[in-house]
This record gives sequence, C-alpha cells and structure tokens, in this order.
Amino acid sequence: MNQAKVPVWVSIALIPFINVMLAFFVSALVILALGEDPIEAAGYLIYGAFGYEEGIGYTLYYATNLIFTGLAVSVAFKAGLFNIGGEGQAYIGGLGVGLVCLWFDSSLPLMVIAPLAIIGGALFGAAWAYIPAYLQARRGSHVVITTIMFNFIASSLMVYLLVNWLKQDGRMSPNSRTFEESAWLPYMHELLAPFGIELSESPLNASFLWALICCVFVWGLIWHTRWGYQLRTLGTNATAAVYAGIDNSKVTIWVMLISGGLAGFVGLNEIMGVNHSLLLNFTAGYGFAGIAVSLMGRNHPVGIIVAAILFGALYQGGSELAFEIPTITPEIVVVIQGLVILFSGALENMLKDRIEGFFIRKSVA
Amino acid sequence: MFETLILILDATMRVSTPLILAALAGLFSERSGIVDIGLEGKILGGAFAAAAAAAVFGSAWIGLIFAMLASIGLALIHGFACITHRGDHIVSGVAINTIVAGLTVTLGLDWFGMGGQTPTLAGDARFLSLTLPFADAVADVPVIGLIYSELLSGHNVLVYLAFACVPLTYWVIYKTRFGLRLRAVGENPHAVDTAGISVAFLRYRAVIICGILCGLAGAYLSTAHNAGFLKDMSAGKGYIALAALIFGKWRPVPVLFACLLFGFLDAVAVRMQGVSLPGIGEIPVQAIEVLPYVLTVLLLAGFIGKAIGPKAVGRPYVKERA
Repeated sequence: MNQAKVPVWVSIALIPFINVMLAFFVSALVILALGEDPIEAAGYLIYGAFGYEEGIGYTLYYATNLIFTGLAVSVAFKAGLFNIGGEGQAYIGGLGVGLVCLWFDSSLPLMVIAPLAIIGGALFGAAWAYIPAYLQARRGSHVVITTIMFNFIASSLMVYLLVNWLKQDGRMSPNSRTFEESAWLPYMHELLAPFGIELSESPLNASFLWALICCVFVWGLIWHTRWGYQLRTLGTNATAAVYAGIDNSKVTIWVMLISGGLAGFVGLNEIMGVNHSLLLNFTAGYGFAGIAVSLMGRNHPVGIIVAAILFGALYQGGSELAFEIPTITPEIVVVIQGLVILFSGALENMLKDRIEGFFIRKSVA
Repeated sequence: MFETLILILDATMRVSTPLILAALAGLFSERSGIVDIGLEGKILGGAFAAAAAAAVFGSAWIGLIFAMLASIGLALIHGFACITHRGDHIVSGVAINTIVAGLTVTLGLDWFGMGGQTPTLAGDARFLSLTLPFADAVADVPVIGLIYSELLSGHNVLVYLAFACVPLTYWVIYKTRFGLRLRAVGENPHAVDTAGISVAFLRYRAVIICGILCGLAGAYLSTAHNAGFLKDMSAGKGYIALAALIFGKWRPVPVLFACLLFGFLDAVAVRMQGVSLPGIGEIPVQAIEVLPYVLTVLLLAGFIGKAIGPKAVGRPYVKERA
C-alpha cells in the first residue's frame, strides 16, 4: 500500500478521531444497556467537567497527572519501548517529592524546595525505571514484564516505608506528617489572584504549569535534538539504528530514565500540590491511564494535552454523572478509558486499511 | 511443627489453584505466539460472571459455565485484535484489563445495587469442600493420616481440577498433533503456514482454551475460595500467574512448581505476620510478598537460569501474498 498517497490529515486526524468515536459509541451502548440515556449522561459529564469554574479546575487537576504519565508512556513508545511501569515510577517519584518536602519544609522557602522536589521526583522515578531499562538494554529481559513486576514491588515498598518508617507516631493511618506550608505548591486560584484573576477554589495548582513546560521540553527533545533523532530511529527500526552507529542500549536506558522521571512528577501534583503528605495509593491508576492518553494523543505533546484534558474531563464529569444518576458508578470512566485503549490502540488497524485504501483509490482515480 | 507445615501446604494448595489455572491459560496462549497480559482481566471477568450467574440461578455449575463464556468472550476480543487485525498484544491486554476492571463494578452496581459486589453465595451456589473417602477414618494414623485428611482431602472440586489440568496440558502440548502445531506456530508461523495449516485458526483455538482456563480461575475465586464477587478481587493474580509462566519457562510441570512456590510464599506471608524469627527478628510481610516478582526479575535478568520464550511470541503474522 502506498503510504505517500494518503493525505496527512487522514492519518493524523481522521483515523484517530474515528477510532475514539467508536470507543465513545460503544461506551454509549454500555450506558444504554444500563437503562440510562447516553445523551443525558454525556450532558451531565460535559457540565460536570466544563460547566462551572470549579469543575474546570478539577478537570485540569486530573489532566495534570495524565499529562505527566501520558508523556512518560509516549517518550518510551517513540523509542519502541512499552513502559507499563508508569504506575510504579509515579509512586516512587512521589516518594522522592515527599522526602524532599519532609526534610526541608521547616528550613527552606518554597522557591528552593520546589526545584529540589522536581529533582527529587525525577530522580526517584528515573531510578525506578533504571533497573528494567538496564535489564532490557544489557540483558535482553523484556521491559514490559519487568516494569509490571516493578509496579508490584513499588507498591509493597511504599506500604513498608509508610507503615514502618514514615507513619506519624501514635497514629493508625499510614500517612506521613503534613508538610509545613512552605512546601505546598501554590494553588492556581492563589497564584492568579494578584493579577486580578479571580478563580473559584479547586485543587488545580502550579504543577499544571510544570506539566505544560514538560510538554514543550519533550517536544523539543524528540523532534529537535540529535538525541531525539536517535530515539526515533531506534523506535522506527532498531536494526537500521545500529548501522547508523547509534548505541541502542545507551539510548534505551536514557529513554527509560526520562520516561520514569516524567512519571515521577505525578507526585508534584498529588503529594506537594494537594495532599501535602505522603500517603498510600495516591497514584490511583494514573500510570495505566497514561497509556490511553498517549495512544489517543498519538504520542505527540499537543495530542497528549488534548487527550489528558479529555480524560481529566471524564474523571471529573464521571463523579458528576454518578451524583446525578446513582445507578451509574464513576467506574464507567474506567470502562471508557479501556475502550479508548482498545479502539485507538489494539484495533487501530481495523479501519485504517479500509480508510487509507479509499483515499488511495480516490487519488488514483 | 509437622502439623503447621501441613497447614501451610494446605493453604498453599488453595492459593495456588487460580495461579495454576491462569498460568496454564497463559501457556496455551503464549505457546501459540499470543502474549497475554490480559490474564488478570479474564480472571476478574470470569469471577464476576460466575458470582452473578450463581447468585441468579443458585447453581455454582451454571456460574462456572457463565465464567467460561465471559472469559472466552474477552479472549476472543484479544484474538480479534491480535490475530485478525495484527494489533499490539500488550496494548490489547491492557485494554481488556482496564475494561473489565470498570465494567464489573458498573454492571455489579446496576444489577445487584450493592456497591459493585454480588450477593453472598451459599449452599449450591458455591463449590464446597469435598471429603475424600476414608479421610476421617485415617485421620488418626500418624503422618500419612494427616497428609491424607488435611492436605489431600477437604478441597473443592476446582482445586482437584486445576491439578489435573497440569498432566492434561502436558499431554496436549507434547503428545498430540494439535500440541505440536501449537508449539510450531509460536516458534515459526511461516513454517506452519507452508505446511497448509491455518495460523489464525490455530491461534484462535489457543486463545479460546486460554479463555476457558481463566474462566475456571475466576469461578474459583468468586464461587469456591470466596462467597461472592468483590471489586478488583483478582488482585494481581493474573500478573503473578504470568510471572509463574515465565518462571516455569513456558513448560507445564515447571509452571506448576512455580505456582506452588508463589502460593507457598503467599501462605507463609500470612503466617509470618508479626512473628519474630530467632536471630533475624521480624521479617516484614512485604518482603515475602514481593519475592515472586523479585525472583521473576532475577530470572529474566539471567541470574538464575535463563528464560527464553516462544520465538514468535508477540509478533503479528502477516501472510505473504505473491
């Protein structure tokens, strides 16, 4: 099949759009099967996510986590690696952020703590990705399996640390102490108030800006550096990369370190921005949701921002929906997420050949 | 001491059962060249279908049939994506896990209105423990009596079925024509195709067998081991089964021992809670919990033996047309 004759907008916009629409269509069928009206449900979803200022704040707050994990998955995808360990890397990255806050919150101002926390999150997340990366690069152990295993190891490690070391004395719940306010990332409504912009209160905080900066960073890195070129070559054709003189194992390790570091930033939002203490299970499946975001966003930062906001809207709108229609649980969002992974990811070839064939025939005629 | 050991081994058998079924399921799938990280989702889906059907029809056996049907359905989606449309096996597996995690709770709340659980099952709606003949009579005989009455007797039918599946799988994989072709298609699908055998049909059959076995594992969780479905009750068993499959190097008997080892660690972890060992002190439960994963990573890294999977696993087969 001649790829050159398929218009660009068809492969980067039309086919992904149709696949996502298919996922939404099947989701609508599920809601219909529950005996509810999908149009009404979609109405509540959209109102919950975008209908009022606080809702928008929540949507963007969820989107922040999803941008981090979506970028993490996509950087690895670009190099032909499947980092399914975003969940564990985010968890350990959060530990890094939390430890920085616990150590320095009473001695340093926010302007110093924030960069340290960014470094802490990145280092811890990257460290958690390093072993699977090393094993993939040097010993050929499949990164998918090892990162799955590392998710479970991370989860046990965090339970151990929180229960045995970080828990407050005399308390039952496995949380660390609450940080001093100097280690709290400012909320967006506080941040914008001096500029005369009044926002209603929501958990949206400064980490959202950092997420956008990360998008620019990833975009520049992948498409505008020599190193990004090596990464893409490895992803497109590993054998050709070797002949081009690229050290595949080195690139593999670096890619996974960056991927893990990006996932680790989830802690900035959850630990430093909202919860202000280390706690269990704050990653809540964002690592896996990042796979859906990255697939839907076609591994491009712009696409990832759009997809993250869409999924953020689903999370936030899902709670609204569950409130308005009690027979529907917020878990319906997980179903929609799964369907998007299925149709935009696993079944992406289903319609591709037919649609591309149609445009090729049209251009020949 | 001996009695404690028997009790731990007894618990090992119960905990290992779903792992054995799921790992054998994965064995059929991966030996045919289809990577399956959707074991987790199929177990969960099977568990939900079994509990829901058992609650409605009042029969564990009907529940079992529904569990297998649900799991086969999910397996066929995986097959449709991976075999027919050459999709990415991992992505498809993640999709199935995610969909099932959400759908079971959504349907559970809609059907039973109990926050995503199913009603508690009792009587015929559950698989109850079977007492083997003469178990009570020989219970007082030293050593053998205890082994027979505690360890071998007193399990439900699915436990015995799971253990019976191991020699059965061995026979199918190594001694039948289907098994030979199944192994061949996972190593070199081109050769199989050249011999005039349909690669797709073979792989679909493998995926369906995988679905049946995962359905059994799911039914075991919700209608035998527990008395109903709970949210996320598979709790990573599909992934441990995957680890056991790799640990057993994709061979039925070593896979059985890997499952027993991981089940044993689980049973020990429960017993070790708060127990202080002489000389070592208290071992954190989490340290024992992570052992299956750590051991699998070490194996994959080539530090203990070498894990080499089927050669064509995870790669879509594109038939060449001249």
